[in-house]
Amino acid sequence: MPDKNMKAIPPEKFTFVNINERLTDTKFDDKPIGYMKDAWIRFRKNKASVVAAVIILLICLFSITAPLFTDHANNFMDVVYAKKGPRITALYGLGIDGGVTGNYSEVGLIKAMAIGAGAENWDGHDVTMAEAMESEYQPIIKLGDTFTQIDATKKEKTYYSARTDAYLNVGFQYKSIKQSELANIQAYEEKTGLHILYPLIEDNEYNMDSTDANNWYKTKKNTPVVTTSGKAVKMAYSEDLVLEDNYKRDSEGNLVYYEYTGGGTFETAQLKVRVLYYNYYQYVNGSEPNYIFGTDSQGYDLMLRLAGGLRLSLLLAVSVSIINFIIGAVYGAIEGFYGGTVDLIMERITDILGNVPFIIVATLFQMHLSAQLGAIPCLIFAYVLNGWIGIAYRVRTQFYRFKKQEFVLAAKTLGAKDRRLIWKHVFPNSLGTIVTSTALIIPGVIFNESMLSYLGIVKLGSSSVTSLGTLLSDASAIWTNYPHLMILPAVFISLLEISFNLFGNGLRDAFNPSLRNVED
Amino acid sequence: MTKYVFKRLGLMLVTFIIITMITFLLIRVLPREMPTDKVQRAAIEERWEALGYNEPLMTQFFIYVKNIVTKWDFGTSWYVSYRTPAAKVLGDRLLPTVLINFYSMIVSVPIGILFGIYAAIRKNKWDDSLISTLVMVFISVPSYVYAFLVQYFLYFKLGWLPLTMYSLADAGGSYFTGKMFVSMIPAIIALSFGSIAGYTRFVRAELTEALTSEYMLLARAKGLTRAQATARHALKNAFVPILPSILSEFVGLLGGSMIIEQIFAVPGVGQLYIKSLNLLDYDVFMMDCVFYTFIGLLAGIVMDLSYGFIDPRIRMGEK
Repeated sequence: MPDKNMKAIPPEKFTFVNINERLTDTKFDDKPIGYMKDAWIRFRKNKASVVAAVIILLICLFSITAPLFTDHANNFMDVVYAKKGPRITALYGLGIDGGVTGNYSEVGLIKAMAIGAGAENWDGHDVTMAEAMESEYQPIIKLGDTFTQIDATKKEKTYYSARTDAYLNVGFQYKSIKQSELANIQAYEEKTGLHILYPLIEDNEYNMDSTDANNWYKTKKNTPVVTTSGKAVKMAYSEDLVLEDNYKRDSEGNLVYYEYTGGGTFETAQLKVRVLYYNYYQYVNGSEPNYIFGTDSQGYDLMLRLAGGLRLSLLLAVSVSIINFIIGAVYGAIEGFYGGTVDLIMERITDILGNVPFIIVATLFQMHLSAQLGAIPCLIFAYVLNGWIGIAYRVRTQFYRFKKQEFVLAAKTLGAKDRRLIWKHVFPNSLGTIVTSTALIIPGVIFNESMLSYLGIVKLGSSSVTSLGTLLSDASAIWTNYPHLMILPAVFISLLEISFNLFGNGLRDAFNPSLRNVED
Repeated sequence: MTKYVFKRLGLMLVTFIIITMITFLLIRVLPREMPTDKVQRAAIEERWEALGYNEPLMTQFFIYVKNIVTKWDFGTSWYVSYRTPAAKVLGDRLLPTVLINFYSMIVSVPIGILFGIYAAIRKNKWDDSLISTLVMVFISVPSYVYAFLVQYFLYFKLGWLPLTMYSLADAGGSYFTGKMFVSMIPAIIALSFGSIAGYTRFVRAELTEALTSEYMLLARAKGLTRAQATARHALKNAFVPILPSILSEFVGLLGGSMIIEQIFAVPGVGQLYIKSLNLLDYDVFMMDCVFYTFIGLLAGIVMDLSYGFIDPRIRMGEK
């Protein structure tokens, strides 16, 4: 039993605790977790959102650094190589060869092979099909199965499935050049050993189409013919088929490589030449055609066009959401803080503005102002006109929630001005909601931009600027033959949309954990 | 209630008139191209004079409103359909738009609701995560991407369906023939992906909230099975916000989807918008703008008012 008589404790039994120590607040072992940090921790836990954020970053990175992966200038354009698939010389073996798989009739197959044969046959010697297949200019990459099919005229026809290099398949082209350029080309040929200039083709009954520079061998009515014995013989494809050339020769029997077509003086004289376009491209650009994503419908490098379109979409989306954020925050803050008549009048204004259909706004802005201000500023105006209303509404709700709370009243009692109350005390509490809804504006902007430019309401296609929607709309008529024109922009835009939505949802969950799984 | 309805309708009317006025003024001040031919030029100038284009802008607007109120005259189409009243031009194109969107809704509402219910019941299980992930993807991917996919697979690869919608003449002169329906299927499918995902997400969110509420606990405590409690209590409550939005979608389907109509060559309202814009047929364009504004406002008001009718506990217009 303890001593019950507590009064009789002798003083020496008491000692001072901590008498030699200075008492101060100890430092926290951990750093304090603020609102933002808390949100960040929650955001990090959401794997899908983190992945989405990474994808967004990668797309941003791609859109900025794409010019580093190609040696083409931003406005480089080659009309002949338009709509071609991806092709990289270094990865040719891996199938990135600009290849198109298709079925060829016998005539078509021989015509494609003749490009290879013609490329080897620069001086009129005989080239067999087997040799032509070995040629590095042979467009046929792989010859597949042979099969027969009944055609429209109910005749049995032989077809060959083959994969052809769309770039090499362009074959020969007629060009009109000046004397000086001819000399340059000849010097280039001398230096590199590449053949660019090929003999011109005789205009006779064997030349089916005088504009087609690939018609170098003797054909008649789409049937390859040999005339060794003086009469036309129908030829079938075989390994040792030899096509007889139909080159133009002068009176002494020499091949004609160029022809004077017009122009007075030596400087202005125009010469018609026949070039192997693949080598001519190398002469003009200094390298073989390398297009990681292929070329677009006009002949621009699709990767650069895509990167440009993504840059435009992202910049547009970010600037629109920042502007909307600012307007919405200020408007909603004033509305929510002052309430009463101010609120009523401002609400009516948003009522009217909010009900104007976006598509009409966008169209009218384009019609009125795009000539003076350009299409992009008009687009931004259209987004901004009523895009901020959602944010203003949320800010207003938050203000109604917080403005009568004790900490605000306390600040008011201490003499804080309205401005301080709004921005220092109430506004930070609504930041989470606003950041989230700002982030969720972005996918909408990107989608609407692509829709408007697809429909042609906003015209953004030029040599320097393009948008994903314009790329899609350029492709819309022809994409079944050139699927990459449609697939690549569609994939990028879908990826962006999915990522931004996931990212926005992640932000919302992080800032307002109570709203998790609640969609609005 | 009645008072609230009238108040809302009145406000809607005011908003509608203001938006129409602004749109009208903006369209009227647009520069108009004149043909170089003298005779045509004189004819057009005379026509404009007669239609009051040289009056002050506000007077022009009053003429416009007066014509609508007295004669239901929204102007005349000169380019899209020569000398046809703009209201008729629009009216003719309403049916295809409504049909395609209606069919798409018939498909997507039940499927979306079923998926949503299933996902909510199986909340946080693997099938819920699968559905939620798919919903996220399908909501995000733009509708024209579905259109291309549908065209690619169902037309080019399989050849089951036509590429675009048949014209009236090709399909037997009516929008209700079987052939016409088949040609509408690609557009319907392309429209449905996104809206199925939308409904699924909406239903799932509302139903999960209802399932975790206290009356469900009470219902279970009373001895109802989970299925009974869900069907009788949770679903009913969850549908309070869902039904109004379906109703307002019904109104909104009049507007249609411009891009889908463009891709599938649907001769509808959305296509008319683009067409009148490209041909600078301003009266038709104005008509379309008025129509879109009206549909938007109507959809909003239907949604708000139907809350009160569907759930009597919600008193409209009370603070």
